[in-house]
Amino acid sequence: MTSNVRLMQGNEACALGAIKAGASFFGGYPITPSTEIAEYIAREFPRLGRYFMQMEDEIASIGAMIGASMVGHKAFTATSGPGFSLMQELIGYAAVAEVPLVIINVMRFGPSTGLPTMPQSGDIMQARWGTHGDHSIIALSPSSVTEAYYATIRAFNLAEQYRTPVILLMDEKIGHLREGFDISNDPEPEIIDRNREHQGAYVPFAAGESGVPPFIPLGQGERYHFTGLTHGENGFYTADPDKVTAVMQRLCGKIEDHVDEIAEIELVDFDDADVTIIAYGAVARSAHDALLALRKKGVKAGMLRLKTIWPFHTAKVRELCAGKRLVAMPEMNMGQLSMIVRGALGNTPFLPINQANGQLIKPHTIEDAILAELAAMGGAR
Amino acid sequence: MEAVYEKYFRGNLPHIWCPGCGNGIVMSAIARALDKLNYPQDDVLFISGIGCSSRMSGYMDLNTVHTAHGRALAFATGAKVCEPRLHVFVLMGDGDAAAIGGNHFIHACRRNIDMTAIVINNSIYGMTGGQFSPLTPTGKRATTAPYGSIDRAFNLVALAEGAGATYVARGDVFHAVQLTNLIVEAAEHKGFSVVEAVSTCPVSFGRYNDMPEPADMMLWLRDNTVTVQQAAKMSEEELADKIIIGKHYETEAVEYGDEMARLLARAKEAE
Repeated sequence: MTSNVRLMQGNEACALGAIKAGASFFGGYPITPSTEIAEYIAREFPRLGRYFMQMEDEIASIGAMIGASMVGHKAFTATSGPGFSLMQELIGYAAVAEVPLVIINVMRFGPSTGLPTMPQSGDIMQARWGTHGDHSIIALSPSSVTEAYYATIRAFNLAEQYRTPVILLMDEKIGHLREGFDISNDPEPEIIDRNREHQGAYVPFAAGESGVPPFIPLGQGERYHFTGLTHGENGFYTADPDKVTAVMQRLCGKIEDHVDEIAEIELVDFDDADVTIIAYGAVARSAHDALLALRKKGVKAGMLRLKTIWPFHTAKVRELCAGKRLVAMPEMNMGQLSMIVRGALGNTPFLPINQANGQLIKPHTIEDAILAELAAMGGAR
Repeated sequence: MEAVYEKYFRGNLPHIWCPGCGNGIVMSAIARALDKLNYPQDDVLFISGIGCSSRMSGYMDLNTVHTAHGRALAFATGAKVCEPRLHVFVLMGDGDAAAIGGNHFIHACRRNIDMTAIVINNSIYGMTGGQFSPLTPTGKRATTAPYGSIDRAFNLVALAEGAGATYVARGDVFHAVQLTNLIVEAAEHKGFSVVEAVSTCPVSFGRYNDMPEPADMMLWLRDNTVTVQQAAKMSEEELADKIIIGKHYETEAVEYGDEMARLLARAKEAE
């Protein structure tokens, strides 16, 4: 029997996923640890008749992506913290103008140039609130090379379905990890394209019950207007407080109201566990090893893995963790998502385990912290 | 003329421009140019930045995009590369194109993508109330240069030519017919074309620089513009404060979209 297993890097898997999802425009600027994605796309896109552009900076990259998406192309880029910071203004533009795009942010240690290019899950809050003003956002975080492939496809699907920028927050450790990749026996992934269905005359920002307006690309016979100004259904500026309220509620609601469908959570050895480890990205791999070690020592540990970071499913996390003896959250930063988790947990005992030193959190660090906490609480069971 | 306005303006008035502003003259020059070019409106993509002049995209009945400050050319680049059949016009102000968008401006020139950039130069940031821009002449007063600007100004046409644009012209709002013709010529040119349209802002520029009335600014343009042909016969001293209008430069060079198409064909052949 021949093997279909390939040795693949997380970054390559993202590029492969983008091709599968139907991406046809890449605009990017070189930055470690994401460059393998641009290099892969620069090689593969021309052969597929798709467009790769290396832009003058990350601001131009996202600008070109928005332009490409407005005329009907699935557009994406790959970047890292400093480049992601430069993109923030136009992420807000894409959010309010409801332009689908995908940003793969292979996260590196910051702030600023930081430790190039050691890992840190440093952009969790930047992904949520980096741009000015209220908006909602979708961010995914893969924990393996195979998942990087599927998460990239899902990022494009969600971007098209909800007409929004979607951020793939990938730890450098996953981006540069090489492991076995075999999707030959997997079912064909669903590919979602933008919805053009509308009734009567096209009103560009009129949304039905889904909250997401249908999207006829520019240049296809419907002459209309895009703007970053707050706008009504016709696409033109409005400062009418009632209309502005409706727009803001729809823009946030189209994502937050669908948190059940968007926010994916994986549970590992969860039901019988009285100690829960919440983790995402590369750290979830260490958390899983810690879980196994703890179980060997008689501690019933389980894991709640967040495959989706934003929107955060507060109600579900609260419900799943209710009654647990301890919830621990290792996070490769000084405490970003743990702030949100703490709020979701209420009175459930919570142990954030933060490490920001350029190193992946090791399983024993998690294990030791949990054992020490249990001892302090009155002994491990 | 009425018919041209009816056809190309959306009619969503009132506009935001002050009395005496030159933006309307540039807008009508663009409408007349589009009429001469006879492109189907559905095939025209009109992209603007942020500032007084960039509100124009909202007023014109085309495929329009009002982008972010300085970023119009970046949006236009992605759109044009993906949909080469569209006729792309990019409308910017002087601060928009030469300051915050300066990097995109020079790189758009360098790539030589087939589109037309129109830069309305009123020598000032009008929307924010009269701060000096990189195109404000040295010594002119602004709210942030109350004693006169000490900054040197860009020569936008020289910058565009140096950066690789393949058609470069300058017009002004006193010579509206010439401005229309320059826009037509720029659009018909294959490659990245730049038209600087020197304009008037009596409220935020003229008021601080001894030209408080709209007519003062028009007279300033009438008396201080010389054609490229006239300028060729004038000394440097004579040209010191003059605005040189007309076509400054045109050349042929490989256009980015054509080169992209060749790259795709080459890559496919290699399969």
